[in-house]
Amino acid sequence: MSEVSIDVEGVARRYGRRWALAGVTFHVPAATAMMVTGRNGAGKSTLFRVLATAIRPDRGSARVGGFDVVREREDVRRLTALLSHQNYLYETLTARENLQITVDHLGKGRNGIAGALEQVGLGARATDAVSTFSAGMRKRLSFARVLLQEPRVVLLDEPYGALDPPGFDLVDEVIAGLRRRGATILMATHQWERSAKLCDLALVLEEGRVAWTGPASEVLQHEVRG
Amino acid sequence: MLAAALRKELLLQWRSRGQMMAVFVFGAAALLLFSFAIGPNAHALRTFSAGFLWLGLLLSSTLTLAESFHAEMENRALEGLLLLPSDPRALYYAKAIANWLQLTILGCALVPVMVVLYDAGTTELLTLFAVIVLGTAGLSAPGTLYAAMTAQVKAKQTLLPLLLFPLIVPALLASVKATSLAITGDPMEQSRSWIVLLAAFDLIYWSLCGLLYGKVVEE
Repeated sequence: MSEVSIDVEGVARRYGRRWALAGVTFHVPAATAMMVTGRNGAGKSTLFRVLATAIRPDRGSARVGGFDVVREREDVRRLTALLSHQNYLYETLTARENLQITVDHLGKGRNGIAGALEQVGLGARATDAVSTFSAGMRKRLSFARVLLQEPRVVLLDEPYGALDPPGFDLVDEVIAGLRRRGATILMATHQWERSAKLCDLALVLEEGRVAWTGPASEVLQHEVRG
Repeated sequence: MLAAALRKELLLQWRSRGQMMAVFVFGAAALLLFSFAIGPNAHALRTFSAGFLWLGLLLSSTLTLAESFHAEMENRALEGLLLLPSDPRALYYAKAIANWLQLTILGCALVPVMVVLYDAGTTELLTLFAVIVLGTAGLSAPGTLYAAMTAQVKAKQTLLPLLLFPLIVPALLASVKATSLAITGDPMEQSRSWIVLLAAFDLIYWSLCGLLYGKVVEE
Protein backbone atom coordinates (compact mmCIF):
# COMPACT_ATOMS: atom_id res chain seq x y z
CA MET A 1 0.00 0.00 0.00
CA SER A 2 1.42 3.39 -0.99
CA GLU A 3 1.43 5.92 1.81
CA VAL A 4 -0.68 9.03 1.83
CA SER A 5 -0.36 12.25 3.80
CA ILE A 6 -2.91 14.90 4.79
CA ASP A 7 -2.35 18.64 4.45
CA VAL A 8 -4.81 21.15 5.84
CA GLU A 9 -4.25 24.86 5.25
CA GLY A 10 -6.50 27.49 6.83
CA VAL A 11 -9.67 25.43 6.52
CA ALA A 12 -12.77 27.23 7.71
CA ARG A 13 -16.36 26.13 7.57
CA ARG A 14 -19.49 27.74 8.90
CA TYR A 15 -23.05 26.63 9.54
CA GLY A 16 -25.27 29.65 9.19
CA ARG A 17 -23.50 32.46 11.03
CA ARG A 18 -21.44 30.21 13.32
CA TRP A 19 -17.95 29.18 12.28
CA ALA A 20 -17.48 25.49 13.17
CA LEU A 21 -13.92 25.65 11.84
CA ALA A 22 -12.18 29.00 11.87
CA GLY A 23 -8.90 28.48 10.02
CA VAL A 24 -7.33 25.13 10.84
CA THR A 25 -3.84 24.29 9.61
CA PHE A 26 -1.94 21.07 10.23
CA HIS A 27 -0.06 18.27 8.49
CA VAL A 28 -0.27 14.52 9.00
CA PRO A 29 2.71 12.66 7.49
CA ALA A 30 2.06 9.46 5.57
CA ALA A 31 1.47 6.28 7.60
CA THR A 32 1.01 8.31 10.76
CA ALA A 33 -1.83 8.20 13.28
CA MET A 34 -3.04 11.50 14.71
CA MET A 35 -5.64 11.86 17.44
CA VAL A 36 -7.87 14.90 17.34
CA THR A 37 -9.42 15.96 20.59
CA GLY A 38 -11.43 18.86 21.89
CA ARG A 39 -14.66 19.63 23.64
CA ASN A 40 -18.04 18.97 22.07
CA GLY A 41 -18.60 21.47 19.26
CA ALA A 42 -14.89 22.16 18.85
CA GLY A 43 -15.13 21.29 15.15
CA LYS A 44 -13.78 17.74 15.06
CA SER A 45 -16.63 16.18 13.09
CA THR A 46 -16.77 19.13 10.70
CA LEU A 47 -13.04 18.76 10.04
CA PHE A 48 -13.47 15.05 9.33
CA ARG A 49 -16.42 15.68 7.02
CA VAL A 50 -14.37 18.24 5.08
CA LEU A 51 -11.48 15.78 4.70
CA ALA A 52 -13.86 13.00 3.64
CA THR A 53 -15.38 15.41 1.03
CA ALA A 54 -18.85 15.13 2.57
CA ILE A 55 -18.89 18.93 2.90
CA ARG A 56 -16.84 21.69 1.32
CA PRO A 57 -14.74 24.19 3.24
CA ASP A 58 -15.82 27.82 2.99
CA ARG A 59 -12.19 28.95 3.15
CA GLY A 60 -8.77 27.36 2.96
CA SER A 61 -7.74 24.16 1.30
CA ALA A 62 -7.07 20.56 2.22
CA ARG A 63 -5.24 17.84 0.35
CA VAL A 64 -5.37 14.10 0.95
CA GLY A 65 -2.62 12.17 -0.78
CA GLY A 66 -1.93 15.30 -2.81
CA PHE A 67 -5.53 15.49 -4.05
CA ASP A 68 -7.59 18.59 -3.31
CA VAL A 69 -10.77 17.80 -1.36
CA VAL A 70 -12.85 20.18 -3.48
CA ARG A 71 -11.43 19.93 -7.00
CA GLU A 72 -10.34 16.27 -6.92
CA ARG A 73 -13.09 14.88 -4.79
CA GLU A 74 -13.36 11.51 -6.54
CA ASP A 75 -9.64 10.82 -6.07
CA VAL A 76 -9.84 11.70 -2.38
CA ARG A 77 -12.83 9.41 -1.96
CA ARG A 78 -10.98 6.49 -3.50
CA LEU A 79 -8.28 6.85 -0.84
CA THR A 80 -10.42 7.62 2.17
CA ALA A 81 -12.90 5.91 4.47
CA LEU A 82 -14.91 7.78 7.10
CA LEU A 83 -16.32 6.25 10.25
CA SER A 84 -18.96 8.84 10.99
CA HIS A 85 -21.47 9.51 13.77
CA GLN A 86 -24.02 8.57 11.14
CA ASN A 87 -23.40 4.92 10.48
CA TYR A 88 -24.39 4.94 6.77
CA LEU A 89 -26.40 1.74 7.25
CA TYR A 90 -29.77 0.68 5.87
CA GLU A 91 -32.01 -0.25 8.79
CA THR A 92 -34.22 -2.73 6.95
CA LEU A 93 -31.32 -4.70 5.49
CA THR A 94 -29.19 -7.29 7.26
CA ALA A 95 -25.59 -6.77 8.32
CA ARG A 96 -24.38 -8.91 5.40
CA GLU A 97 -26.58 -7.09 2.87
CA ASN A 98 -25.29 -3.73 4.04
CA LEU A 99 -21.72 -4.87 3.48
CA GLN A 100 -22.66 -6.42 0.13
CA ILE A 101 -23.91 -3.01 -0.98
CA THR A 102 -20.56 -1.49 -0.02
CA VAL A 103 -18.43 -4.02 -1.90
CA ASP A 104 -20.80 -4.09 -4.89
CA HIS A 105 -20.51 -0.31 -5.26
CA LEU A 106 -16.74 -0.55 -4.95
CA GLY A 107 -16.67 -3.25 -7.60
CA LYS A 108 -15.01 -5.69 -5.22
CA GLY A 109 -15.83 -9.33 -4.62
CA ARG A 110 -17.97 -10.44 -1.71
CA ASN A 111 -15.38 -12.87 -0.34
CA GLY A 112 -14.17 -10.58 2.42
CA ILE A 113 -17.58 -9.94 3.98
CA ALA A 114 -17.71 -12.98 6.25
CA GLY A 115 -14.20 -12.29 7.50
CA ALA A 116 -14.95 -8.63 8.17
CA LEU A 117 -18.08 -9.56 10.13
CA GLU A 118 -16.10 -12.09 12.18
CA GLN A 119 -13.39 -9.52 12.81
CA VAL A 120 -15.87 -7.08 14.36
CA GLY A 121 -17.64 -9.80 16.32
CA LEU A 122 -20.84 -9.89 14.27
CA GLY A 123 -20.36 -13.21 12.49
CA ALA A 124 -23.32 -14.74 14.29
CA ARG A 125 -25.59 -11.78 13.49
CA ALA A 126 -24.84 -11.55 9.77
CA THR A 127 -28.41 -12.26 8.69
CA ASP A 128 -30.12 -10.03 11.26
CA ALA A 129 -31.58 -6.70 10.24
CA VAL A 130 -29.65 -3.64 11.36
CA SER A 131 -32.86 -2.30 12.95
CA THR A 132 -32.45 -5.01 15.63
CA PHE A 133 -28.89 -3.92 16.44
CA SER A 134 -27.77 -1.91 19.45
CA ALA A 135 -25.75 1.28 18.96
CA GLY A 136 -22.54 -0.61 19.71
CA MET A 137 -23.31 -3.30 17.15
CA ARG A 138 -24.02 -0.65 14.54
CA LYS A 139 -20.65 0.89 15.31
CA ARG A 140 -19.00 -2.51 14.86
CA LEU A 141 -20.75 -2.97 11.53
CA SER A 142 -19.60 0.48 10.45
CA PHE A 143 -16.08 -0.62 11.27
CA ALA A 144 -16.52 -3.67 9.06
CA ARG A 145 -17.68 -1.34 6.29
CA VAL A 146 -14.53 0.76 6.69
CA LEU A 147 -12.29 -2.33 6.65
CA LEU A 148 -13.85 -3.60 3.42
CA GLN A 149 -13.04 -0.29 1.75
CA GLU A 150 -9.32 -1.01 2.32
CA PRO A 151 -8.61 2.71 2.62
CA ARG A 152 -5.24 4.38 2.67
CA VAL A 153 -6.58 7.20 4.82
CA VAL A 154 -8.94 6.36 7.67
CA LEU A 155 -10.98 9.06 9.38
CA LEU A 156 -12.43 7.72 12.61
CA ASP A 157 -14.90 10.07 14.27
CA GLU A 158 -15.43 8.89 17.84
CA PRO A 159 -14.52 5.24 17.16
CA TYR A 160 -15.02 4.26 20.81
CA GLY A 161 -18.47 5.84 21.04
CA ALA A 162 -21.28 3.45 22.05
CA LEU A 163 -18.91 0.50 22.40
CA ASP A 164 -18.50 -1.81 25.39
CA PRO A 165 -15.04 -2.62 26.88
CA PRO A 166 -14.44 -5.56 24.47
CA GLY A 167 -15.42 -3.12 21.71
CA PHE A 168 -12.68 -0.75 22.90
CA ASP A 169 -10.16 -3.56 22.48
CA LEU A 170 -11.56 -4.28 19.05
CA VAL A 171 -11.01 -0.66 18.00
CA ASP A 172 -7.44 -0.82 19.25
CA GLU A 173 -6.84 -4.02 17.26
CA VAL A 174 -8.38 -2.56 14.11
CA ILE A 175 -6.29 0.59 14.38
CA ALA A 176 -3.14 -1.43 14.98
CA GLY A 177 -3.98 -3.54 11.91
CA LEU A 178 -4.57 -0.46 9.78
CA ARG A 179 -1.25 0.97 10.93
CA ARG A 180 0.55 -2.22 10.00
CA ARG A 181 -0.90 -1.85 6.49
CA GLY A 182 0.55 1.65 6.28
CA ALA A 183 -2.72 3.57 6.50
CA THR A 184 -2.74 7.19 7.60
CA ILE A 185 -5.18 7.57 10.47
CA LEU A 186 -6.99 10.58 11.89
CA MET A 187 -9.05 9.78 14.95
CA ALA A 188 -11.38 12.11 16.85
CA THR A 189 -11.77 10.90 20.39
CA HIS A 190 -12.32 11.77 24.01
CA GLN A 191 -10.44 8.62 25.11
CA TRP A 192 -7.17 10.50 25.57
CA GLU A 193 -5.10 7.97 27.44
CA ARG A 194 -6.12 5.04 25.30
CA SER A 195 -5.66 6.89 22.02
CA ALA A 196 -2.36 8.44 23.03
CA LYS A 197 -0.88 4.94 23.14
CA LEU A 198 -2.07 4.20 19.60
CA CYS A 199 -1.24 7.48 17.90
CA ASP A 200 1.97 9.31 17.03
CA LEU A 201 0.59 12.83 16.99
CA ALA A 202 -2.19 14.76 18.68
CA LEU A 203 -4.12 17.87 17.80
CA VAL A 204 -6.40 19.76 20.16
CA LEU A 205 -9.20 21.85 18.69
CA GLU A 206 -10.89 24.65 20.57
CA GLU A 207 -13.75 26.62 19.08
CA GLY A 208 -12.75 25.70 15.56
CA ARG A 209 -9.06 26.53 15.96
CA VAL A 210 -5.95 24.48 16.60
CA ALA A 211 -5.16 25.03 20.28
CA TRP A 212 -2.26 22.63 20.51
CA THR A 213 -0.44 20.10 18.38
CA GLY A 214 2.44 17.82 19.23
CA PRO A 215 3.39 14.24 20.07
CA ALA A 216 0.46 12.14 21.28
CA SER A 217 2.42 11.11 24.35
CA GLU A 218 2.35 14.75 25.53
CA VAL A 219 -1.34 15.41 24.93
CA LEU A 220 -2.27 14.35 28.47
CA GLN A 221 -0.31 17.31 29.78
CA HIS A 222 -2.41 19.71 27.73
CA GLU A 223 -5.48 20.96 29.49
CA VAL A 224 -8.44 21.71 27.27
CA ARG A 225 -9.74 25.16 28.05
CA GLY A 226 -13.32 25.37 29.17
CA MET B 1 -22.23 0.42 -10.78
CA LEU B 2 -25.81 0.81 -12.07
CA ALA B 3 -26.47 -2.90 -11.55
CA ALA B 4 -25.20 -2.73 -7.96
CA ALA B 5 -27.28 0.35 -7.22
CA LEU B 6 -30.39 -1.16 -8.83
CA ARG B 7 -29.93 -4.38 -6.84
CA LYS B 8 -29.83 -2.31 -3.67
CA GLU B 9 -32.97 -0.37 -4.62
CA LEU B 10 -34.95 -3.51 -5.42
CA LEU B 11 -33.81 -5.10 -2.16
CA LEU B 12 -34.91 -2.04 -0.20
CA GLN B 13 -38.28 -2.06 -1.99
CA TRP B 14 -38.74 -5.75 -1.30
CA ARG B 15 -38.05 -5.22 2.40
CA SER B 16 -40.67 -2.46 2.54
CA ARG B 17 -43.27 -4.23 0.39
CA GLY B 18 -45.92 -3.70 3.08
CA GLN B 19 -45.70 -0.02 2.22
CA MET B 20 -46.59 -0.84 -1.40
CA MET B 21 -49.82 -2.48 -0.28
CA ALA B 22 -50.68 0.58 1.81
CA VAL B 23 -50.06 2.85 -1.18
CA PHE B 24 -52.28 0.65 -3.37
CA VAL B 25 -55.09 0.89 -0.80
CA PHE B 26 -54.61 4.66 -0.74
CA GLY B 27 -54.86 4.84 -4.55
CA ALA B 28 -57.93 2.59 -4.62
CA ALA B 29 -59.56 4.69 -1.89
CA ALA B 30 -58.89 7.83 -3.94
CA LEU B 31 -60.59 6.25 -6.99
CA LEU B 32 -63.55 5.30 -4.81
CA LEU B 33 -63.87 8.85 -3.48
CA PHE B 34 -63.74 10.30 -7.00
CA SER B 35 -66.67 8.05 -7.94
CA PHE B 36 -68.64 9.40 -4.96
CA ALA B 37 -67.92 12.94 -6.12
CA ILE B 38 -69.42 12.26 -9.58
CA GLY B 39 -72.39 10.28 -8.29
CA PRO B 40 -74.30 7.47 -10.06
CA ASN B 41 -73.78 8.84 -13.56
CA ALA B 42 -72.35 5.89 -15.52
CA HIS B 43 -71.52 7.93 -18.61
CA ALA B 44 -69.69 10.65 -16.67
CA LEU B 45 -67.79 8.07 -14.64
CA ARG B 46 -66.60 6.29 -17.77
CA THR B 47 -65.73 9.58 -19.49
CA PHE B 48 -63.61 10.83 -16.57
CA SER B 49 -62.19 7.43 -15.57
CA ALA B 50 -58.80 8.04 -17.21
CA GLY B 51 -58.38 11.33 -15.39
CA PHE B 52 -59.30 9.74 -12.07
CA LEU B 53 -56.89 6.86 -12.63
CA TRP B 54 -53.99 9.22 -13.24
CA LEU B 55 -54.94 11.51 -10.36
CA GLY B 56 -55.04 8.48 -8.08
CA LEU B 57 -51.67 7.37 -9.39
CA LEU B 58 -50.23 10.88 -9.06
CA LEU B 59 -51.34 11.23 -5.44
CA SER B 60 -50.02 7.75 -4.63
CA SER B 61 -46.72 8.54 -6.35
CA THR B 62 -45.93 11.35 -3.90
CA LEU B 63 -46.03 8.76 -1.11
CA THR B 64 -43.80 6.21 -2.84
CA LEU B 65 -41.33 8.80 -4.12
CA ALA B 66 -40.90 10.44 -0.73
CA GLU B 67 -40.62 7.04 0.95
CA SER B 68 -37.89 5.95 -1.46
CA PHE B 69 -35.52 8.45 0.19
CA HIS B 70 -36.49 7.65 3.77
CA ALA B 71 -33.99 4.78 4.02
CA GLU B 72 -31.30 6.92 2.37
CA MET B 73 -31.66 9.73 4.90
CA GLU B 74 -32.21 7.67 8.05
CA ASN B 75 -28.51 7.10 8.74
CA ARG B 76 -27.21 9.25 5.88
CA ALA B 77 -26.78 6.06 3.88
CA LEU B 78 -26.84 7.99 0.62
CA GLU B 79 -23.87 10.08 1.78
CA GLY B 80 -22.09 6.85 2.64
CA LEU B 81 -22.56 5.59 -0.92
CA LEU B 82 -21.39 8.87 -2.44
CA LEU B 83 -18.22 8.77 -0.34
CA LEU B 84 -17.29 5.23 -1.46
CA PRO B 85 -17.23 6.80 -4.17
CA SER B 86 -20.31 6.01 -6.24
CA ASP B 87 -21.39 7.73 -9.41
CA PRO B 88 -24.39 9.97 -8.54
CA ARG B 89 -25.89 9.30 -11.98
CA ALA B 90 -25.87 5.55 -11.37
CA LEU B 91 -27.52 6.10 -7.99
CA TYR B 92 -30.14 8.33 -9.61
CA TYR B 93 -30.99 5.99 -12.47
CA ALA B 94 -31.19 3.01 -10.12
CA LYS B 95 -33.64 4.79 -7.85
CA ALA B 96 -35.63 6.26 -10.75
CA ILE B 97 -35.91 2.82 -12.39
CA ALA B 98 -36.98 1.24 -9.09
CA ASN B 99 -39.59 3.98 -8.57
CA TRP B 100 -40.72 3.58 -12.16
CA LEU B 101 -41.17 -0.16 -11.67
CA GLN B 102 -43.11 0.40 -8.46
CA LEU B 103 -45.40 2.99 -10.07
CA THR B 104 -45.97 0.77 -13.11
CA ILE B 105 -47.05 -2.11 -10.86
CA LEU B 106 -49.26 0.29 -8.91
CA GLY B 107 -50.78 1.67 -12.12
CA CYS B 108 -51.51 -1.83 -13.43
CA ALA B 109 -53.03 -2.80 -10.07
CA LEU B 110 -55.32 0.25 -10.10
CA VAL B 111 -56.69 -0.50 -13.60
CA PRO B 112 -59.03 -3.30 -12.40
CA VAL B 113 -60.25 -0.99 -9.62
CA MET B 114 -60.97 1.66 -12.26
CA VAL B 115 -62.79 -0.86 -14.44
CA VAL B 116 -64.99 -2.03 -11.56
CA LEU B 117 -65.76 1.42 -10.12
CA TYR B 118 -66.25 3.33 -13.38
CA ASP B 119 -67.28 0.54 -15.77
CA ALA B 120 -64.30 1.62 -17.87
CA GLY B 121 -63.29 -1.64 -19.50
CA THR B 122 -61.19 -1.72 -22.66
CA THR B 123 -59.83 -4.25 -25.11
CA GLU B 124 -56.85 -2.00 -25.86
CA LEU B 125 -54.84 -3.54 -23.04
CA LEU B 126 -51.50 -3.29 -24.79
CA THR B 127 -51.99 0.42 -25.49
CA LEU B 128 -53.15 0.98 -21.92
CA PHE B 129 -50.08 -0.83 -20.58
CA ALA B 130 -47.78 1.20 -22.85
CA VAL B 131 -49.38 4.44 -21.61
CA ILE B 132 -48.97 3.37 -17.99
CA VAL B 133 -45.32 2.46 -18.57
CA LEU B 134 -44.56 5.77 -20.31
CA GLY B 135 -46.71 7.85 -17.96
CA THR B 136 -45.15 6.42 -14.81
CA ALA B 137 -41.71 6.97 -16.36
CA GLY B 138 -42.72 10.62 -16.70
CA LEU B 139 -43.66 10.71 -13.02
CA SER B 140 -40.63 8.86 -11.67
CA ALA B 141 -37.86 10.79 -13.47
CA PRO B 142 -38.59 14.28 -12.10
CA GLY B 143 -40.27 12.76 -9.03
CA THR B 144 -37.06 11.01 -7.95
CA LEU B 145 -35.06 14.21 -8.42
CA TYR B 146 -37.52 16.33 -6.44
CA ALA B 147 -37.86 13.66 -3.75
CA ALA B 148 -34.07 13.86 -3.33
CA MET B 149 -34.27 17.67 -3.13
CA THR B 150 -36.98 17.63 -0.48
CA ALA B 151 -35.79 14.57 1.46
CA GLN B 152 -33.98 16.64 4.08
CA VAL B 153 -36.65 19.31 4.38
CA LYS B 154 -39.08 19.19 7.30
CA ALA B 155 -42.16 19.87 5.16
CA LYS B 156 -41.21 17.35 2.47
CA GLN B 157 -44.71 15.83 2.23
CA THR B 158 -46.05 19.26 1.25
CA LEU B 159 -43.11 20.51 -0.74
CA LEU B 160 -42.73 17.49 -3.02
CA PRO B 161 -46.21 17.77 -4.59
CA LEU B 162 -45.87 21.56 -4.80
CA LEU B 163 -42.69 21.22 -6.85
CA LEU B 164 -43.62 18.12 -8.80
CA PHE B 165 -47.21 18.67 -9.89
CA PRO B 166 -46.69 21.78 -12.06
CA LEU B 167 -43.72 20.15 -13.76
CA ILE B 168 -45.46 16.96 -14.82
CA VAL B 169 -48.58 18.61 -16.28
CA PRO B 170 -47.59 17.75 -19.89
CA ALA B 171 -46.98 14.10 -18.96
CA LEU B 172 -50.21 13.95 -16.97
CA LEU B 173 -52.19 15.52 -19.81
CA ALA B 174 -50.76 13.14 -22.41
CA SER B 175 -51.29 10.12 -20.13
CA VAL B 176 -54.92 11.04 -19.42
CA LYS B 177 -55.71 11.69 -23.09
CA ALA B 178 -54.06 8.48 -24.31
CA THR B 179 -55.71 6.41 -21.55
CA SER B 180 -59.09 7.99 -22.27
CA LEU B 181 -58.76 7.18 -25.97
CA ALA B 182 -57.89 3.58 -25.08
CA ILE B 183 -61.07 3.31 -22.98
CA THR B 184 -63.59 5.29 -25.03
CA GLY B 185 -62.24 4.42 -28.47
CA ASP B 186 -59.86 6.11 -30.88
CA PRO B 187 -61.48 6.36 -34.33
CA MET B 188 -59.20 9.25 -35.38
CA GLU B 189 -56.07 7.45 -34.15
CA GLN B 190 -55.06 10.35 -31.93
CA SER B 191 -53.47 8.26 -29.21
CA ARG B 192 -50.26 7.84 -31.19
CA SER B 193 -49.50 11.59 -31.01
CA TRP B 194 -50.13 11.66 -27.24
CA ILE B 195 -47.86 8.66 -26.76
CA VAL B 196 -45.13 10.34 -28.82
CA LEU B 197 -45.49 13.46 -26.65
CA LEU B 198 -45.21 11.30 -23.54
CA ALA B 199 -42.12 9.53 -24.87
CA ALA B 200 -40.51 12.89 -25.70
CA PHE B 201 -41.25 14.18 -22.20
CA ASP B 202 -39.70 11.03 -20.72
CA LEU B 203 -36.61 11.30 -22.87
CA ILE B 204 -36.00 14.91 -21.87
CA TYR B 205 -36.56 14.39 -18.16
CA TRP B 206 -34.68 11.10 -17.86
CA SER B 207 -31.67 12.77 -19.50
CA LEU B 208 -31.88 16.08 -17.63
CA CYS B 209 -32.60 14.73 -14.16
CA GLY B 210 -29.71 12.25 -14.36
CA LEU B 211 -27.35 15.14 -15.01
CA LEU B 212 -28.79 17.29 -12.20
CA TYR B 213 -28.91 14.63 -9.49
CA GLY B 214 -25.26 15.02 -8.48
CA LYS B 215 -25.81 18.75 -7.89
CA VAL B 216 -28.84 17.98 -5.74
CA VAL B 217 -27.37 15.34 -3.45
CA GLU B 218 -23.81 16.64 -3.19
CA GLU B 219 -22.95 19.79 -1.30
